[in-house]
Amino acid sequence: MFNSLSDRLANTFRNLKGKGRLTEADIDATAREIRRALLDADVAVPVVRQFIAQIKERALGAEVSQALNPGQQVVKIVNEELVEILGGETRRIQHAKTGTTVLMLVGLQGAGKTTLAGKLAHQLKSDGHTPLLVACDLQRPNAVKQLQVGGERAGVPVFAPHPGVSSEFEVPTGDPVQVALDGIAEANSKYHDVVIIDTAGRLGVDQELMQQAKDIRAAVNPNEVLFVIDAMIGQDAVATAQAFNEGVGFTGVVLTKLDGDARGGAALSVRHVTGKPIMFASTGEGLKDFEVFHPDRMASRILDMGDVMSLIEQAEKNWDRSEAEKMAKKFADQEDFTLDDFMSQMQQLKKMGSMKKMLMMMPGAQSMRQQLEQFDESSIDRVEAIIKSMTPHERVAPKIINGSRRARIAKGSGVSVSEVNALLERFGQAQKMMKKMASGGGMPGMPGMGPGPGRGGTRKKGKGKGRQKVRSGNPAKAAAERQALEERRARSAQKPGSMFGQDFDPSSFNAQDLNLPAGFDKYLKDR
Amino acid sequence: MEFTLIIAVVIALAVGVVLVGFLDRRPAPPKGTYKEVRDPDDPGRGGTAVLEREPEVVEPEAEPEPEVVEPEAEPEPEVERPEAAGSRLQRLRARLLKSNNVFGKSLLALLSRDRIDEDVWDEVEETLLMADLGTEPTMELVDRLRDRVKVEGTQDPEQVRSLLREELLAMVDPSMDRRLEASRKGDRPAITMVVGVNGVGKTTTVGKLARVLVAEDRKVVLGAADTFRAAAAEQLATWGARVGVDTVRSDKDGADPASVAYEAVAEGIRQEADVVLVDTAGRLQNKANLMDELGKIKRVIEKQGEVDEVLLVLDATTGQNGLTQAKVFAEVVDVTGIVLTKLDGTAKGGIVVAIQRQLGVPVKLVGLGEGADDLAPFSAEGFVDALLAD
Repeated sequence: MFNSLSDRLANTFRNLKGKGRLTEADIDATAREIRRALLDADVAVPVVRQFIAQIKERALGAEVSQALNPGQQVVKIVNEELVEILGGETRRIQHAKTGTTVLMLVGLQGAGKTTLAGKLAHQLKSDGHTPLLVACDLQRPNAVKQLQVGGERAGVPVFAPHPGVSSEFEVPTGDPVQVALDGIAEANSKYHDVVIIDTAGRLGVDQELMQQAKDIRAAVNPNEVLFVIDAMIGQDAVATAQAFNEGVGFTGVVLTKLDGDARGGAALSVRHVTGKPIMFASTGEGLKDFEVFHPDRMASRILDMGDVMSLIEQAEKNWDRSEAEKMAKKFADQEDFTLDDFMSQMQQLKKMGSMKKMLMMMPGAQSMRQQLEQFDESSIDRVEAIIKSMTPHERVAPKIINGSRRARIAKGSGVSVSEVNALLERFGQAQKMMKKMASGGGMPGMPGMGPGPGRGGTRKKGKGKGRQKVRSGNPAKAAAERQALEERRARSAQKPGSMFGQDFDPSSFNAQDLNLPAGFDKYLKDR
Repeated sequence: MEFTLIIAVVIALAVGVVLVGFLDRRPAPPKGTYKEVRDPDDPGRGGTAVLEREPEVVEPEAEPEPEVVEPEAEPEPEVERPEAAGSRLQRLRARLLKSNNVFGKSLLALLSRDRIDEDVWDEVEETLLMADLGTEPTMELVDRLRDRVKVEGTQDPEQVRSLLREELLAMVDPSMDRRLEASRKGDRPAITMVVGVNGVGKTTTVGKLARVLVAEDRKVVLGAADTFRAAAAEQLATWGARVGVDTVRSDKDGADPASVAYEAVAEGIRQEADVVLVDTAGRLQNKANLMDELGKIKRVIEKQGEVDEVLLVLDATTGQNGLTQAKVFAEVVDVTGIVLTKLDGTAKGGIVVAIQRQLGVPVKLVGLGEGADDLAPFSAEGFVDALLAD
């Protein structure tokens, strides 16, 4: 994602750390670094120019003399500007008030429109809609077929009266405009409430195809026209976005291939140049790898602040409620954390999709990114095998696992004894950690939720001090705490900038003082 | 309610982190072997001789034998005669002229002002940046140009222009070997693999390349090792059938691509073809498992002979990520050339300059449009001349 951009910025700010005062030369040097970082991240030149000018102006202005140290000041300014460019609020699809909602996808060739159509259909379906996919890409060979496959995977019907072309050598026949109109008629007759129209990919300079998209738009009058753009695109993002905005006109942007390591500066550029919001992000090849784009969260991702809100939302969607409650209760009651719990948590994590992706959303995850990227998901199964080779008694009381039991477990799960040992050792540490957290050692800070005024302590990465208590034993008090927490969440959702705690200092990010409970860093360091 | 969930998430994350830590402590496997279960396709460490077996023996999943798609019944009258590569150069120039006009013109306009001051240099820099040239090459180029202008004390736009051309040309490096390996190697065909990220036009490039080679009287066999994308094999087979070239493909989606690639090369050897072109599925370079798969495809092919050419297909709109792509792909499969596609839009494809400089991998071909014969050899002079033409 924006990994490299946040790396660059973090690096820049490291140099500012410890300076009591910013001179004009400092600001110039920082601005140059930020400029370079942004350019390397493919942010368009005009956007960078403006961004830098703004930052310079603000950094040189009166703000510098305030309470924050200058490094923090620049960070704050950069964050605010980023949030502003990326757009303040999350925008959802605006459904038609009555009748069928029509969505139209446009974009360059190879941006991922057809793939996205399937994902969007899947998403809408799981939100309780009854979408219909309409294949209007009669240009690209086998586009219709690809859409049919995508629709089948998503379990959504595909309206494709025209087979399209199956090779580059057939002259495209059929009228996409008519197909779109027929598709809407079909949706109306079969009571589909959303129609997703996949159109042919086109180059910004191709007048003919642009006209075709325009015609489709004029004919079907869609509620949303989504411009699909590849996160890897370079400086051409501006020209392309402008061409599409003027040629067809779009209402929202979808950023695809965000799972790559492109720095994704295009997001900034497109948003800045067209003023249209980025609505969705596509993050993988699977149908589920699709999420609503949250500008504020993205900004905090850029600055390596994690994305806990997305994480919790994902959990809400996929987790077994009763399981989560059971776990939380156990935790609050300070019961022993057993290998069974360990495994059930592992399975819950697996259910949420890619474990890697989940862990990446964790605050401070950027610094262990390399480790995470090398992490082989399938090896979780081995851990499962080890635990499953234990007797129920052993799982509850791992202490009884002696040498011969270890040998048996290793044999049963097809691993070496040393792997069993390592797992038990790790588990022991995890257990200790749980205990510590439960007994008021503190819950790890939740940066995505933002500290309320005066509660900034949760953001501070100092070990074990100023952390909020997990939950009071007194039910009344616990309820009050819960409420306070929810309020804070709501507040931070409205005011993204506020997640920037007063005492936030990204230059201090490293494995030791990540936003993790004490003891976590052990797991990161000793390799 | 929310709170319980949060706690659960925290616990799960803790478990996750512990897991990652745990799994990472396992000793690293020796180089060149698989991390996990040993793969039957792996050439192995010892000097074990490789059995000349049918791939379904090599492949435990019992792949259905990839079938050879014969071109339609009476190929002779239908087979097209693609345009020879030589005559394409002219069109390349014309197209580049068109697509890069803005770039060339604005640079010239800038440099032909009366006086060359700071603003002009800034704008030159921004113009180069806008062509996706990247910060480093841009700054280097501007610095060098500045020095030379200072040293030679010139304010004459014509002269500055020729200086700029010289510097740009030096950067694109016309001396690089941009020839394609397309002749038989002893008793086997030359083997070319085409790789790249999703949506850059790999399959189309393979199809067009086959046409180029057929135009040069080479006998070609295509291998549709993109078994992931729906209908990719079909698309390739159509390209092949047009010019009377056989396409080796699996008859089901999701087959093992390495098996298909192996089978394609075997077919190439059997048919005594000059070139075997293997198309692969698009993959993002940070997906370790997919890159491993790519490495495997190459290793499996190499049981029958060296892969002579690995072409990385890059979309001209790609920004600085193109460099990362090139780096990672080069690490995994040792890229020998770049194909720059979609140069017919507004994008300039300046990233190839950085790639050539950093990795020494030359751009060999450029894709200029959607037409079947729109693949042309890259020419450094043509490229730069077009950039600077008015």
